[in-house]
Amino acid sequence: MKTQTTSIDYIRKDFPILNRCVYDDKQLIYLDNASTTQKPIQVINAINNFYRNYNSNIHRSVYSIANEATAAYENTRSKIAKFLNIRNAKEIIFVRGTTEAINLVAYSWGRNNIAKDDVIVTTEYEHHSNIVPWQLLVKEKQAKLKYIEINENGELRLDQLDDYLEYGNVKLVTFSQMSNVLGTITDSTKIISKCKKYNVKTLIDGAQSAPHMKVNIDDIGCDFFACSAHKMLGPTGVGILWAPKNVMEHMVPFHGGGDMIKEVHKYETTWNDLPYKFEAGTPNIADVIGFSTAIDYINDIGIDTIRNHEEDLRNYALSKLDNIKNIVIYGNKDSAKSGGIISFNFADIHPHDLATILDEDGIAIRSGHHCAQVLMEKLDVPATSRISFYIYNTKNEIDKLVISLEKAARLFKL
Amino acid sequence: MSNSDIYHEMIIDYSRNPINFGTIVKPDIFMHDSNPLCGDSIDLYMNVDDDVHSISEIKFNGKGCAICIACTSVLTEITKGKKIDDVIKINKTDILSELGLQKLNPVRIKCALLSLKILKFSIYSYLSDKIKKIDDTRKTELFKLKDDATNLY
Repeated sequence: MKTQTTSIDYIRKDFPILNRCVYDDKQLIYLDNASTTQKPIQVINAINNFYRNYNSNIHRSVYSIANEATAAYENTRSKIAKFLNIRNAKEIIFVRGTTEAINLVAYSWGRNNIAKDDVIVTTEYEHHSNIVPWQLLVKEKQAKLKYIEINENGELRLDQLDDYLEYGNVKLVTFSQMSNVLGTITDSTKIISKCKKYNVKTLIDGAQSAPHMKVNIDDIGCDFFACSAHKMLGPTGVGILWAPKNVMEHMVPFHGGGDMIKEVHKYETTWNDLPYKFEAGTPNIADVIGFSTAIDYINDIGIDTIRNHEEDLRNYALSKLDNIKNIVIYGNKDSAKSGGIISFNFADIHPHDLATILDEDGIAIRSGHHCAQVLMEKLDVPATSRISFYIYNTKNEIDKLVISLEKAARLFKL
Repeated sequence: MSNSDIYHEMIIDYSRNPINFGTIVKPDIFMHDSNPLCGDSIDLYMNVDDDVHSISEIKFNGKGCAICIACTSVLTEITKGKKIDDVIKINKTDILSELGLQKLNPVRIKCALLSLKILKFSIYSYLSDKIKKIDDTRKTELFKLKDDATNLY
């Protein structure tokens, strides 16, 4: 990359949506990347190209275009393996997204491995997708769900994990590698080394981490990892679950149907090999192929460049927000310990009102509980406003955000 | 509608200083509801004057955005003292036009109408419990009220 500004300008040209205006003349400023990211033209074209030129079902047919489709689909698996440093690509299962991946673990692993009085540990800053599946499971099994709380910096209180582990019966510790509300980066290595001592399984929700920082699954040593394509420049409706072969082999299938079987008889069926055992039915072929292009795009820029850019933007935004009276920021002020996410409240303006006012200037921010009501309860707020960055965001956009915030202050007579 | 037009004086004032804000101990009618997507959450309390069949007292409590709190203020003010037969006729235009919000977008309309939905449902369940022998006209009216509430947004 040349200089930061020129290269970002260059990158922005790849995202058609960033050219559009809302309310006639307000150029879109998209600051809701923790929710979903925009798609570069390369990804849009890859999906388009599949439907135009080789649309067909995978794994079964023998003709040319089906071979091309199968190769492109499987190629994504290898690419993800390399991207996340997974040794065996066959341990990667395509799912609809992180939510489905976690539900799959709760169902296929949880049902056989969680019993009465067992404990599942999660954290206060989890997305609902890493809370609700476990609530369902512990209810069914009469097991227990416990939470690692956060401290005033929005970091996990890992001393509580020690207590839980020491007390016994913990079977799984499940946590996000980056909080979708606070941006806090979890000390995964520390959690996993603690869990390994007690032979406790770990699941990482990588929905926010995989798109924004280097993730090395082989190094981390977790037992399950999940992430979504749409939060990393890819299409919606695709995500992955990774687990080691020996764990997955002992898991029951999640869905029954085509492609996941080896032989079906009237009353009995044998399962297909991994990963197909967990991929019942025709998968989301076009979007899996689009995911592959998204990973190429990220690799071209470099995941570390993305991380540095977002850290830089976050520091810049924090310094600007610091100058505005009555803004309360939740989470860690140290951007080295946080992803490109800032959650805040502005005096007594409800986040929904604030988001509506910013929208008039074309600025898209998220307002609400961000699917993290447990965390909202902890912070003792009904909602927060959240800005979250990606590689195409600029300091100029943050300046415009600040002008818009000042307008909101005038409207609400702050 | 321009967003800045939404946040005019009346909305800001009502949201900062809501009217009929508070609770009623042992109310004749109580209902709570929330908008799961945006987190607005309202408790509605009412007392009924049985002699004249009207709402003698109304209070609300809860958390919400400026639009939600302003609209609930207006709704409770309109409802107070009205006969129940008239209360069930209050419609969304009555609330939205009072605050100039007729053109609110579909996402934010939920904030504006949450309390009206609660009002309609709570009166429906109050009347259903109250009227033991319901004649057919009354029954149709009640079903219509429930329908109104369900289809509000």
